[in-house]
Amino acid sequence: MTKENNTRKLVVPGEVIVSGEDYLPGDFTRKEGGEIIAGKYGLADINGRVVKIISVSGIFEPRRGNNILGRVTDLAFSGWMIDIDGPYSAFLPIMESPRFVNKNNLHEFANIGDVINAKILSVRRGSVDLTLKGRGLGKLEGGRIIKINPNKVPRVIGKEGSMVNLIKDKTQTEITIGQNGYIWINGDIEGMKKAEDAINLVAKESTSSGLTEIIEKFLEGKK
Amino acid sequence: MAYTKRPDGRKMDELRPVSAKVGIIPNADGSAMFAFGKTVAIAAVYGPKPLHPQHLQNPERGIIRCNYNMLPFSVTERARPGPNRRSKEIGLVSEWALSKVVSLEKFPGTVIDIEIMILQANASTRCAGINAAAMALAHAGVEMKELVASVSIGKIDDKIVADITKEEEDWKEGEGATDIPFSLTSRTEEITHLQLDGKIQTHRFKEAIEAAKVACKKVNEYQVKALKGEVIDDAGVLK
Repeated sequence: MTKENNTRKLVVPGEVIVSGEDYLPGDFTRKEGGEIIAGKYGLADINGRVVKIISVSGIFEPRRGNNILGRVTDLAFSGWMIDIDGPYSAFLPIMESPRFVNKNNLHEFANIGDVINAKILSVRRGSVDLTLKGRGLGKLEGGRIIKINPNKVPRVIGKEGSMVNLIKDKTQTEITIGQNGYIWINGDIEGMKKAEDAINLVAKESTSSGLTEIIEKFLEGKK
Repeated sequence: MAYTKRPDGRKMDELRPVSAKVGIIPNADGSAMFAFGKTVAIAAVYGPKPLHPQHLQNPERGIIRCNYNMLPFSVTERARPGPNRRSKEIGLVSEWALSKVVSLEKFPGTVIDIEIMILQANASTRCAGINAAAMALAHAGVEMKELVASVSIGKIDDKIVADITKEEEDWKEGEGATDIPFSLTSRTEEITHLQLDGKIQTHRFKEAIEAAKVACKKVNEYQVKALKGEVIDDAGVLK
């Protein structure tokens, strides 16, 4: 990790990241006269010949395969409209619900205001389609929802889920993380409060080294 | 009295002390503060987000909505709050100045809201506002081709000067004062916004453009530094 950090630098839009014909433009970069130009504010990452930018701020950008938490905002003819807190609202078709739902009784499965854990099936220009077919997907009952910056989500999850598992273990709660920055926590009131504080601390200290130790210390203290 | 020396002792092409910082509004997707001496502007960016009412949506590209607002206490005599002719105009020119560099085609049917607030005014508020807004847009992770830097070039009597203050703007003697706010893109140095208040000869105007290029480059350096995490506070706004 530290080795990777050394090669990454913060760039601003319009900045020349590298020049030379050897490089190829990746995500959020473009090539202009032998120079790779940043098209976004973020960390420039050079992997072999490909130069790309990793976002550090801003809104959630839906990608196919992302797991997200969303809130039902409307019932349409053949599915649910879901707010995913991204540039577009998403659509969950009846066909993608895990069990049979009568077209006239959409509200029996999920009503306006309900929160679901879904996977992004496809992203086209101006529309996002969701699915509930998959392990762990479906409607969320009870618990509480918090929101963090979507760019901090990888930190909250940690390496192969190490961070979130640590928080789950120590606070005896269930936690579901959406890539869009919504996090669902369920457990007893004390545990939920503690988990929420811990997650907010991760988001705040996301750039500090030894993050796991900081969180461990936090979870051990003031029980 | 002829205009040979600037009232605040600056050189003709020197900017006022600049303050700049990003991330000043936690609730916004991106935010920034930019100050030229006693002129202080903050900007907040929200979006891209779904645009309602639907008839305002453009299926080919996103749109920008820019609000410029001078706070009541920003000037010596209380400014009446709320939108007025002037703020609508400045909001619109700021929008045009910035929409050139934002990759709006990546987000069809959405809107990016920019709120510019002037906390303290001492001329060049629209320039400070555009500078803050450009930084806030970048900070919000919006895809942009490059940045925009803005500066007001003035012709005070017969001198071309950079970044004019209120005192210079109100200069009456000699040829009087001409105020020309410029916005230039950071990389290609294209003019995205230009207004002219007063009179200027064509050959002097060419000089003004050259002065704008030099001054905008300086402004851009501050913007880049601030975006890279440095807190610049030469104007003492954050103290």
